Amino acid sequence: MIINWIDRHLKWVFTLPAVLFIVLMVAYPLIYTGRLSFFEWSMSAITPPKWVGLDNYIAIFNDPKFWNSLKVTFYHSSVSIVLETVLGVAIALLFSRKFKGARMMKTFMLMPMVATPVSIALVWLLIYEPTLGIANEIAKSLGFGRQEWLASVTQVIPSLIIIDVWEWTPLIALIVIAGIASLPTDPYESADVDGATAWQKLIHITLPLLTPTIITAVTLRIIDLLKTFDTIYATTQGGPNFASQTLNILVFDLAFQNFKLGYASALLMIFFLLILAVIIVLQLVRRGGKS
Amino acid sequence: MKQSRTQKTIYTLLNIIVLIIFLFPFLWMLSASFKTQIQVLSPDYLFTFTPTIKNYVAVFTKYDYLQFIWNTFLIAALSTFGSLFLGLPAAYGVAKYKMPFFGFTVLVAKIIPGITYLVPWYILFNKMHLIDTFTGMVLAHMVIGMPFIMWVMIPFFEEFPKEVEESAWIDGSSKLRTFYQMVLPISMPGIITSSLLSFIFSWNNFMFSLVLAGEKTKTLPLAIFNFMSNTSINWGALMAAACIITLPVIVIAVVAQKYVVSGLSAGAVKG
Repeated sequence: MIINWIDRHLKWVFTLPAVLFIVLMVAYPLIYTGRLSFFEWSMSAITPPKWVGLDNYIAIFNDPKFWNSLKVTFYHSSVSIVLETVLGVAIALLFSRKFKGARMMKTFMLMPMVATPVSIALVWLLIYEPTLGIANEIAKSLGFGRQEWLASVTQVIPSLIIIDVWEWTPLIALIVIAGIASLPTDPYESADVDGATAWQKLIHITLPLLTPTIITAVTLRIIDLLKTFDTIYATTQGGPNFASQTLNILVFDLAFQNFKLGYASALLMIFFLLILAVIIVLQLVRRGGKS
Repeated sequence: MKQSRTQKTIYTLLNIIVLIIFLFPFLWMLSASFKTQIQVLSPDYLFTFTPTIKNYVAVFTKYDYLQFIWNTFLIAALSTFGSLFLGLPAAYGVAKYKMPFFGFTVLVAKIIPGITYLVPWYILFNKMHLIDTFTGMVLAHMVIGMPFIMWVMIPFFEEFPKEVEESAWIDGSSKLRTFYQMVLPISMPGIITSSLLSFIFSWNNFMFSLVLAGEKTKTLPLAIFNFMSNTSINWGALMAAACIITLPVIVIAVVAQKYVVSGLSAGAVKG
């Protein structure tokens, strides 16, 4: 009977459809990209892809746009992650005590993370608007004068960092709040007996115990941070003058504006290896911290 | 330990400051959506203005936003449903039979930048005439949804008590029936978490639409992006559209806060 047959082969009946889907939609496209990275092709129906060997990779390493995008990605990601971690942990410590409205507070913290990134980007575009934005009203009232924000080559990345920090600090905070809730109570009790101050307890007990949680939160966040696309593309599209062209934006432009598909594929391979390297480093840090 | 009065005041003050910072852009978006173009552009109307609903009327009458809302909803709902249909049994299979292939794929799918798929999809979808079709969009969004659902559900199924299943099998219930009559209902919290997040990811997705969608399947994020870049910016209407997109997601976050939190931090808690 069919039910019996399903039961005997449950392992495959349950997993094969998903395997098939992954092979068709993920594995095959990825192999396709890998292969395409050795070709030159502009999606022309007349000119087929032309084998160029490692030329794409060599060209990338000689391409100032690649080095610029690497620099921009590193600048945006590293400053964002440091600020998000410091502020996230601070907020988590602030909110981890029990108080009225804690639930409401958590809901408000969720809002930046779940709200549609494109609409967030557009609100910030209005806030940063050089002639009429509220950001300049605030800057003026603080005595800084008119700023260019997203329209300035030097200020665009700091402005984008502010958006990212606003949007994603809550993620680190929420994870660390969960971590604080599961801390053991014994170390605190013995510290109280020894007469430790609140500050000493924070530095010598809370933070060391939270380190693994914080590193996990950072790993989770940095994977997505390196891939930031929506907020940057919707506000600046990589400008002005490529000052906010991260790797992700550069690949997008190469593939879908210039249709240099082989070149873009090679860049994707490098991008992927870069993310993998960051994850491996963070895992090593985590293991090192444990031993 | 008792807190002093000043400590309490500082603490409350800090809370309020953090709250204002998180809420401000939303309040700004909301207030601008009720302003006329002149009011948005003038510092005289920062906080005092007579609200107008003209922007919302314009969004629905002048522009085809009902169509975009429907497209976005349909793609998000179908891709979430499809991801559950494929992902739940697969997650169960992985949890019960230890299949490293999947653990690896789920991880890779989480790490890989979405644009890596987009290049080959664009070429293949063009050949198969899937550009600007709901089939193409739903399949693309399932690539985000399905691994996410598995990511959340594998640990869930792994912790499911074996004895419960085994006693059902002994009572003569088939494995298939045990799965959907017993395992799935008990696993509801995980299913709700992963479906809500899968829906939100799809609802918010911008990059896939930018390349794979067209006039027939245009989604909300793409619609407001085009809306901005087409003409000189009509800020009021743009913010009204932004509010419309954001509202459903915020409602989900408020109503199902617990689930959304556990979904967003999935993978972090378990290390």
